[in-house]
Amino acid sequence: MIEIDGLIKAYGPRRVVDGVSLAIGRGEICVLIGPSGCGKSTTLKMINRLIPITAGTIRVDGQDVTQLPVERLRRGIGYAIQSIGLFPHWSVEDNIATVPRLLRWPEARIRDRVTELLELLRLDPEEYRRKRPQQLSGGQQQRVGVARALAGDPDVLLMDEPFGALDPITRGALQQEVIRIQRATGKTIVFVTHDIDEALRLASTIAIMRDGRLVQHASPVELLERPADDFVRDFIGRSEIGLKLLSVRKVGDRARLNGTAIGEPIDAGATLRDALAQMIAQGTQVLPVRDGDGETGRSLALGDIVT
Amino acid sequence: MSGAAAIAPAIAGHGRPLLQNRVLASLLIVAVIAIAATGFVAQAPNRLLSGHAVALWQVASPGMLTAMTVLAVGMLAACLAAPSRALHLAVAGAGAALLLATLAAAGGAAWRLSVGASPAARTSLGAGFWVLLFCAALMIVDALQRLRAGPGLRLVVAVAVVLAVAAIAATGRFDQLSIIREYANRRDVFAAALLRHVWLVVGSVLPALLIGMPLGIIALRRPALRTPLFSTLNLLQTVPSIALFGLLIAPLSALSAAVPSLRAIGVQGIGVAPALIALVLYALLPVVRNTYAGFAGVDGGVLESARGMGLAKRQIFWQVELPLSAPVLLAGLRIVTVQAIGLAVVAALIGAGGLGTFVWQGLGQDAVDLVLLGAVPAILLALAADFLLQILTAFIRRKVSP
Repeated sequence: MIEIDGLIKAYGPRRVVDGVSLAIGRGEICVLIGPSGCGKSTTLKMINRLIPITAGTIRVDGQDVTQLPVERLRRGIGYAIQSIGLFPHWSVEDNIATVPRLLRWPEARIRDRVTELLELLRLDPEEYRRKRPQQLSGGQQQRVGVARALAGDPDVLLMDEPFGALDPITRGALQQEVIRIQRATGKTIVFVTHDIDEALRLASTIAIMRDGRLVQHASPVELLERPADDFVRDFIGRSEIGLKLLSVRKVGDRARLNGTAIGEPIDAGATLRDALAQMIAQGTQVLPVRDGDGETGRSLALGDIVT
Repeated sequence: MSGAAAIAPAIAGHGRPLLQNRVLASLLIVAVIAIAATGFVAQAPNRLLSGHAVALWQVASPGMLTAMTVLAVGMLAACLAAPSRALHLAVAGAGAALLLATLAAAGGAAWRLSVGASPAARTSLGAGFWVLLFCAALMIVDALQRLRAGPGLRLVVAVAVVLAVAAIAATGRFDQLSIIREYANRRDVFAAALLRHVWLVVGSVLPALLIGMPLGIIALRRPALRTPLFSTLNLLQTVPSIALFGLLIAPLSALSAAVPSLRAIGVQGIGVAPALIALVLYALLPVVRNTYAGFAGVDGGVLESARGMGLAKRQIFWQVELPLSAPVLLAGLRIVTVQAIGLAVVAALIGAGGLGTFVWQGLGQDAVDLVLLGAVPAILLALAADFLLQILTAFIRRKVSP
């Protein structure tokens, strides 16, 4: 869906993005992560050309982004940022309707779209559509920000540390929303963060950057199991890699055909971390596993988690 | 806990000051002193001589004195009463009544003093009148402040007071006052002078906006030009107005002599052209500065998301930057308009016309009431412009910000 090839951004002699190549598949959530100044935000902003590309190419859906008129390109790509940037002089409805109006949708369709998006983001349409942004909490504002980014029904959504300024509980809730919305709509999402736990929770693939270069691009499990070098190992937290693995591995991958376990079963789609927590809570070392079809023919033992 | 909670209101009740409204009390004291110690009007044998002071109680009708006393006692009671919306509304009403009574008393005094006096005798407004008028106006303003009155209510009060004054004027009550007799003598030129004054203001503020707003935006987009631009404008602002009007005479005379087409449209060393140029130059700094500040104050995240969603530069300007900076731009317009109304008085010196004509004629003849015939309408014009733009700003601020 997005192919980045030999991407360079230079300010004078200094290269803040230096030869990044990255392929992001349709329907993936690709998280760009790295320490401050590593070039992750710059890379993101070159996709919708908020920052001009020095060299290299970016293709979205096969189309070179520099070949499209810049406004048309941006209207086809959703964009959500940490400071949200809702228009304070417009109602929630007008904010969400920004891109549809630019695309000259009929008003009736825009109204329906706003209702649909407010429901998608779990904000009551009748209560919220007329409100001003400053009447909302930070979390509600970012929900509107995400709704606004989705309004034009873009295939690609760019999110630049969208939840960085929110409290942990609100952030967790919005991360769940992103996963849910991505599953419901199949959008391709490029997500910038510096929070490794946020990355592990959301990502189909994680691209770790350092000093403008791409260090490793891999799935969360692969990243944790086979970090490319010491930098990656340190970045994801050397001493906690084992624990973090538990939260990305699935019960279904470790369960055995051995139906002797008794007690409350655990879903095959749950993580090993959930399974461990349930074992501790129930004081048991074996859990029955419920597969997608509702059968509990398999079980998971403590040893299966560890090895 | 419950003990402390029970004590708290008792302490507050015990500590309640006797005087609830110090502003109103101070204004009342000032008004009473002004009435007691200074002349309400001055009676002179003719328009050039200064007259002798006449106190309010010497010329006001018993009915008027009674009415004013009742108002004063009522307001004294209001100083001591616990504040409430109804009380503030009543004080605003009483202030308006006092304002109208002061004007009516002055007009009435002039009629009384004219009986049996020579036709050349004049009744001018004295210090007591001005102080009383000023106190009454401040009482209204303060009461509206305490009411947290919005732009709508302020506008209603202002229009009501203006209409009431106009109604009193229509009865001919003010006709014997010296300033009104100066007006009667110049009735034929007054309207033209007022119109010219307004025209000078509009004719300088509009070009200043058309030049200054783009300059402000340039200052924002090109940081390298910012310092030289603001230095130049600051320098212009420090030139005394009379000097600037004078300095423009020589170059404009030369220009007019050299270019006949300019002369044909009225560009000369003296008159409207140099006045407009000077007024525009003075208006530039506030316009540029407020445009710059207004646009620089637009939130960076808002601009980034606007660009990111694909608004074109033109759309960002009209739909985002302009509305969000409007309150600051309007504040600049207010400063510039009020300033231009004042400076245009000075422009009469170089033959630009306007209300300043009466001021300079009056100063030349030593006729104070003729000076006032120019100065008072100019002040009223400035107050009205300030008030209307303030209301517009408040209205727009409500629309665009929290």
